[in-house]
Order: sequence, then structure tokens, then C-alpha cells
Amino acid sequence: MSGQELTGAGIVLKALVDQGVEVIFGYPGGAVLPLYDELFKQNALRHILVRHEQAAVHAAEGYARSTGKVGVVLVTSGPGATNAVTGLTDALMDSVPVVCLTGQVPTHLIGNDAFQEADTTGITRPCTKHNYLVKNVADVGRIVHEAFYVARSGRPGPVVVDLPKDILQAKHKYTGSASVKHKSYNPQLKGETKLIEEAIELMAKAKRPLFYCGGGVVNSGTAASQLLTQFIHLTGFPCTLTLMGLGAFPASDPQFLGMVGMHGFYESNMAMHDCDVMINIGARFDDRVTGRLAAFAPNSKKIHVDIDRSSINKNVRVDVPIVGDCGRVLEDMIKIWKAKQVQPDAKALKAWWAQIEQWRARKCLTYRKSDTLIKPQFALEQLYAAIKDKDFYITTEVGQHQMWAAQFLKFEKPYHWLTSGGLGTMGYGLPAASGVQIAHPDALVIDVAGEASILMNIQEMSTVVQHRLPVKIFILNNQYMGMVRQWQELLHGGRYAESYTDSLPDFVKLAEAFGAVGLRAEKPGDVDGVIKEMITVKRPVIVDVVVDQKENCFPMIPSGAAHNEMLLGPDDVAKPVSEEGMVLV
Amino acid sequence: MSKIETIGRHTISVLVDNEFGVLARVIGLFSGRGYNIESLTVAEIDPAEKLSRITVVTSGTPMIIEQIKNQLDRLVPIHKVRDLTIDGPSLERELALVKVRGTGEKRVESLRIADIFRARVVDATIESFVFEMTGSTDKLNAFINLMRPLGLVDVARTGVAAIARGPEPL
Repeated sequence: MSGQELTGAGIVLKALVDQGVEVIFGYPGGAVLPLYDELFKQNALRHILVRHEQAAVHAAEGYARSTGKVGVVLVTSGPGATNAVTGLTDALMDSVPVVCLTGQVPTHLIGNDAFQEADTTGITRPCTKHNYLVKNVADVGRIVHEAFYVARSGRPGPVVVDLPKDILQAKHKYTGSASVKHKSYNPQLKGETKLIEEAIELMAKAKRPLFYCGGGVVNSGTAASQLLTQFIHLTGFPCTLTLMGLGAFPASDPQFLGMVGMHGFYESNMAMHDCDVMINIGARFDDRVTGRLAAFAPNSKKIHVDIDRSSINKNVRVDVPIVGDCGRVLEDMIKIWKAKQVQPDAKALKAWWAQIEQWRARKCLTYRKSDTLIKPQFALEQLYAAIKDKDFYITTEVGQHQMWAAQFLKFEKPYHWLTSGGLGTMGYGLPAASGVQIAHPDALVIDVAGEASILMNIQEMSTVVQHRLPVKIFILNNQYMGMVRQWQELLHGGRYAESYTDSLPDFVKLAEAFGAVGLRAEKPGDVDGVIKEMITVKRPVIVDVVVDQKENCFPMIPSGAAHNEMLLGPDDVAKPVSEEGMVLV
Repeated sequence: MSKIETIGRHTISVLVDNEFGVLARVIGLFSGRGYNIESLTVAEIDPAEKLSRITVVTSGTPMIIEQIKNQLDRLVPIHKVRDLTIDGPSLERELALVKVRGTGEKRVESLRIADIFRARVVDATIESFVFEMTGSTDKLNAFINLMRPLGLVDVARTGVAAIARGPEPL
């Protein structure tokens, strides 16, 4: 290794191997040909050829989110990089560690409007955690290692390394080292003890406490989820999770109240509204969770644990801000709780739980059953019954099906639920599922999809067939962009502008055209059969589940409403949405 | 937020790696998140360590100012962020070059006022002066406003440079 000169491309690949990378998701092009040439000559790295660069990033996200490792993307300059932008933004919003290597025109042509030139670092600056333009081959090794460090440290996120073609071809010694000491970026992991003690004191005196936990716990690693579970059991407090946090605490645990937020569980949202001490671990008071800010948990003291200082006091003022890694802080919280021998107010807690049981008794996920139409909720209930004892991973697209999946599928551990939460990217699910399947070849990986979303990255069928990834696509087909239709019904007088999808393909034939298996369920009686077949077939499968076109997703907090103003079903009449609510997304 | 918070002006000093794109990162943060920039100054201050100092004057509610500082702090090439407005006493200076064109009494008056403000004449023709003036933003504003009726035709300002009083570095 020492002394021998490598090309810039060779240095990139060597650094990737030193970082423990096994898989790259990519798409070749002129500017990255030197890298593809090096890839051709080696066996340590597996390259997964996608069919669109956006999908490469989502696949890397799927890989990263289901393993806890950094996902790696390789795309060419110009359109390769611009196509990756949606994926990068998605990874930024959901804090997924991704390193994206982009090709660039040779340094002497930068700024000349050369063929397939784009200002990649300029374009990706706001949608990455950090980015680099490598201008000297001597920096290649260091920068690639630094990119991995930045992507995975602190609050994880996507990092772009833009590599001009002449840099990839120039020669230099490889000097990188996988362990980076960064001179300016060293996130704080350990929470301040004084503040943690303050938090424990608040919790000790709480009468109506609630844990509100999110994706930060998942990102902190599986140990953090175990610590969270241990701590919640220790306290006896109820727990709710955000969309991104599902799996961080076991769904079957009696202390779990279900998901919180716009389409969260009634008991969760009511508890959020009425709690007196809120313990936020790794969630960010997203607008999908808080509803109307002025009416958000109005009588509560709030504790907020987050590794990203800028998440604290951004939307909601908190009383005890703790900057640190969720796992580390939970460890300290448990220690202090035990050392102080905290005895929570048993009487108050009993009353609180009694209140929660009353909310639970409303059975907020109840829907009208049908003998003739397949209800989407029914399809997911049957799906869950068939997979619950298997090693399953769920990805989703974005819309009604996503919310139903979050409500009806239960996750016992982290890393098994992958969805586009922050950006809400239709077309996320299929490529993400292929990334998951690469990381877990023997697992059952299902993309719960809608017929509109799936068409946004349907070309990835070709990827899954090529790489023999037995991904299952479970389409809840209502022929509408369901969530758009639901909002048009509730907010725009039922004027369904452009939300009906005409001229849909025949998904069974489409699957077959790609070389996959296509199945269809049209009546409730078909559902179990197709699910069984979908699971049995060891090939990629598209299941077209023809569901009730009119079904809406409940419960729901209407735009601009508070947590205690939930709609539980179609018979609940909403107050007219305020003007303030109308402008919210 | 329900209670109305007062908007305040803050001068923030940021120590950054003098590397490609760092200023764009800072400016992009302000524009992307809708924060104000009233003044922005940047220059390399340590060539050996390749460090630059950005001084940015911004305004917002206390919650927004806290956000701005936290958002800046999490940028990778940023070493330090200090709010000079609340972290103790500090000094602020700005330099302006002010071109005034005119003849007769107005020309004499501009020179007289410049003298009062301790502005220096750095260029002169028979029908114009360029004054150089250093001071606080308010002082510069006052001077420029007085020059307006006297034939002000051009102004160049550096933006605010600021530093904490006392022996401690940033």
C-alpha cells in the first residue's frame, strides 16, 4: 500500500473498502467512467445498477436505515447529480446517513457550461448535511473518509463528494485513514448531568407523564431502543412514537399508545394534549405531530433530548433541553433514576392510565367492514396476520396507504419500518425496499404502496428483477391519489381536481412484462389467497389489491386543529377549517 | 407562539474554515430559512490555520436568534459561533466611502460636516469629495443622511466588523 501510486478512482474505492462498504447503488455515465473501470477490476465492492439516480439514493437509504450503516451512492455528473437531489433531500429530512459520490466535468472545464456539467455542490448545498468538491487528487482519500465521518456522526445525513474526472484519473499515494478526527465537527454525545437530573425530578413529580419518542432513538442504534424500553418499563409511563420512531419501542407493549400525530391514535393524541410532563426523546416537534402550535400540550412541562441543538426550541419552547445522543442520555437517565430511587406518584399514574384506557376503548382504528369491497384497512390487517411471525421489513410510498400501514402494521424492533416521513417522497418505497433486500437477502421485504406512488419509480422493477431481489409490492389500488382526494373532500368541497388516476396500467401484466409475478385481489375473499401466494413465491411480486375508492384515513387531526379535536371517522363532522388551517400543507 | 416576542438586533461572530463554499453555506442558511441579514462581513484572519471570520448582523425574536446560532453551529466547517450582543460588551465598527458632488456653499458645508464627524478626505476634484469614515453603523447613517442634501452621489460600506471587549479571544 505504501509508496504505490493509485488513480483518484482507485483511491476512492480503496477508501470505501477501508470504510467497510460492501454495496454501492449507482448508475454510470461519462464523468464517472474511471470509477466504473476500477469497479470492474475488483471484487470487494458489489455494485447495484439502478434505473434512475433518485432510486439509487432511496435504495442506499433503505440499506442504511435497515442496517445502521452508511449507504453509498455513485452517480455521474449533470443529470446524474440533479436526479439524485430528491433522494438527498429525503435523506436530509429523515436523518439517514448516505455518502453520494458524484462525477464532475474535469476541473479545467468547471464553469464553462461543459456537457453534463451542473453546479453540483451549489445545487446540493441546501439538501445535504455537507458536501465537497475535490480539487486535488491528494485530498481524495481524506475527503472520502471525512464524508463517512460526517454522514454518520451526530445527527446523520447525506454527504456529497463531487469528483472531477481529471481528479479521478490523476495519480497519488493513498494516505487516508478510516478514523477521522475532525477539526470543527465534533457533536456532543453526552447530555449535561445537571439537566438530566432536572428531567428526572420533573418526571418523579409527574401526574400525567408521557414519553414522546422518534427517529432519533432509531438512529442512535438498537441499544438505544433497548434502553428506552428498559426506562419506560422502569417508570411505568405511557409511550407514543412518531412515524419515524415506529419500532423504537415494541408495538405490542401495553405501555405503547400507538403512533402520534395527524393520523395517529386517538389515545396518543389525547394523552399528548393532556399530559403534564412530556419526555421527548429524539423527536423534533414536527408540524404533523404538533397540530396547531398554540394548542399543543398546553399544560405540560417539556423535556427534549436531541443530538441536534437546532432541533431544540425550534417549533416548541421546552423546559429542559438536553443536547446529546439518545442512547447515552437514556443510559444516564436510568442510572440517575435508579440512584435516586424515584418513586413515581402511583395514585396519579393509576388515574392517568384509567383515563388512557377510556380513550383506548374508543378503538380509534375501527372502520366500516364490507363484504363486497376490499377495505384498505382490512387488506393490511390480513397482511399483518400473515407476516407477523416472519422476519419482515416494511417500506412505504407516501399517502393514505402509508398512514394505514403505520396504523395497522406493528413493529417490535427498530430498523424494520422504512418510510419517507419528512419530505414525503412518493416513489420512495420500491427502491428503498430493494436496498433493504440487498442488506437482508432472506428477509420478507414488502413495499406497501399506492397505485399513484408506485408509478413514480416503477422502473426499479427492472432493478429488482436483475438482482433477483424477491421484493413484494403490495398496492392498495383505489385509482385516486387518495390523500389528495381526502383533502379535496374535506377542504375543497369535493372538487377532485386531477386526483383521479386515469389510464392506469394493468399491474399484473406490468409485473409480468418486467419478469416478475403479478397477482390481483378484487373481493375481500381474494385477499388471504394472494397474500399467501405473494409470500410463498420467491420472486419479486406485484400485488394489485383493488380497494374501496372512497375510503378515507382516520383518525385525523384536521389542518390547524388541536390534538383534542380529532376526527375519528367519516361520521365525525369537522368544524369548518380555519383560514389559518387552509394554508397549512 | 402565543406571546409576542420582541425583535432584537444581534451581531454574531462566526469563526469558519476558509474553504470553498463556506460563505455560500452561511448565506444559503439565512436565505433558505428566511432569516434577515442586515450586514455581513467576511475576511481571512488566520492564513496559517486558514480561518476566516464572518460578522453577521441580523434581527429576530429571541427564539429565532437562538435558531440562527444553532443552525450556524451545526454547519460542518464552522468552529465557533458567538452572539456579541448578549455575550458581554463589544465593539462594532464599519467603514464607509462617501462621494459627494457639488460646488459653492454646499461643497464647503459638506467639508465642514465631515470635519465634525472626523471623516477624512481621500479623494478630491474641483466638484467632488470622497470621504472615508469609520464608526458605528448609526454614526455612518447619520453622516450619510446629512450628506444627502449636499450632493451625495455614491456610497460604499464595508459592513460591520465586531469584537468583544476585554482580553479574551473569540
